[in-house]
Amino acid sequence: MTRKLMIILTVSLMAFAWATQVSAQTPLPSDDEVNAVARQLFCPVCENTPLDVCPTQACAQWRELIRTKLSEGWNQDQIKQYFAAQYGARVLSEPPRQGLNWLVYIIPPVLMLIGVYILFRAFQSMRKPVLADVEIDESKIPDSDEYLSRIEDELKKRN
Amino acid sequence: MTESNTAPVTGAGISKGAPRRGVPIWAQIIVWVALLGLLTIVAFGLRRTQQGTVQVGDIIPDFTLTFFDGYLFQGKSEVKLSELRGKVVVMNFWASWCKPCEQEAAELEAAFRSYEKGGQVVFIGADYVDTEPEARGYLKKFDITYPNGPDLGTRISQMFRIKGVPETYFIDQNGKLVYAQIGPFASEAEIHAIIDPLIKK
Repeated sequence: MTRKLMIILTVSLMAFAWATQVSAQTPLPSDDEVNAVARQLFCPVCENTPLDVCPTQACAQWRELIRTKLSEGWNQDQIKQYFAAQYGARVLSEPPRQGLNWLVYIIPPVLMLIGVYILFRAFQSMRKPVLADVEIDESKIPDSDEYLSRIEDELKKRN
Repeated sequence: MTESNTAPVTGAGISKGAPRRGVPIWAQIIVWVALLGLLTIVAFGLRRTQQGTVQVGDIIPDFTLTFFDGYLFQGKSEVKLSELRGKVVVMNFWASWCKPCEQEAAELEAAFRSYEKGGQVVFIGADYVDTEPEARGYLKKFDITYPNGPDLGTRISQMFRIKGVPETYFIDQNGKLVYAQIGPFASEAEIHAIIDPLIKK
């Protein structure tokens, strides 16, 4: 019995000696998380191709770079700024709001407003004109003009 | 028959003259000025895209290239083009994802080593839109020892208006472009054929 206890005690001490701190493994960012960032970037080489759908080997490397940065705790804005610093602002899907880039944000809404105004005026001009209430000075109507009398009768009917 | 001295009237005694409506003059001016401004910007942009790469005879604008860790030029980790006046500069744009670049990597390194002792020719490599681990792998794979660095923000490649990689630009001792190689070199002899006349002057 004593011998068994000694064996158990020895094994337990050895187990404690070998025990090391265990920490939960941080999972790598998923493809969805990577693509959520990649979608906001363009391939620096291929024109007009978002980074999340670009099929080239270089794009795959850039997506892995995004995964690495995400795993290091970088947020989306930091990663986008890094890409802009490395490859130029043209890789951003949303141009930075500075300099002439402001035109991209101002011109479309202005053009839309102008278009709405033009449409509004066009529709207005298509509406049936409302005849103004005009006082008819009957003293000026020549009695003898049969043609004018007939026109007057027609106008009264339409009103 | 009495004459009327009022405004012209129709037979029914109804006055003419409804107010004329249209776009105000100030609005028209604003629209036309804005349109002309937009067209000017588009014209400038188109002109730039039509320019092509820098032309032989152009003075290359000054730039600074910071090298990858481990690369130095005269003890410094960066180089400024203006500091290289008096030397022939070979500026090579490459990328690790560029297969044609691999075709000329060995030729460029061999040419660099042949001119290194003379000190009259400087080779510089600019890594174009690449990732650092892959770029370093490329440099190690081809044992490239002349200074190389990333073209951050594509600023330098935009100065040269490159269309792709590989492209190599030869700048003479006065900072003027004397030759542009679009595409890879087929042999080391091609590189010597461009540089040798420049250093013999």
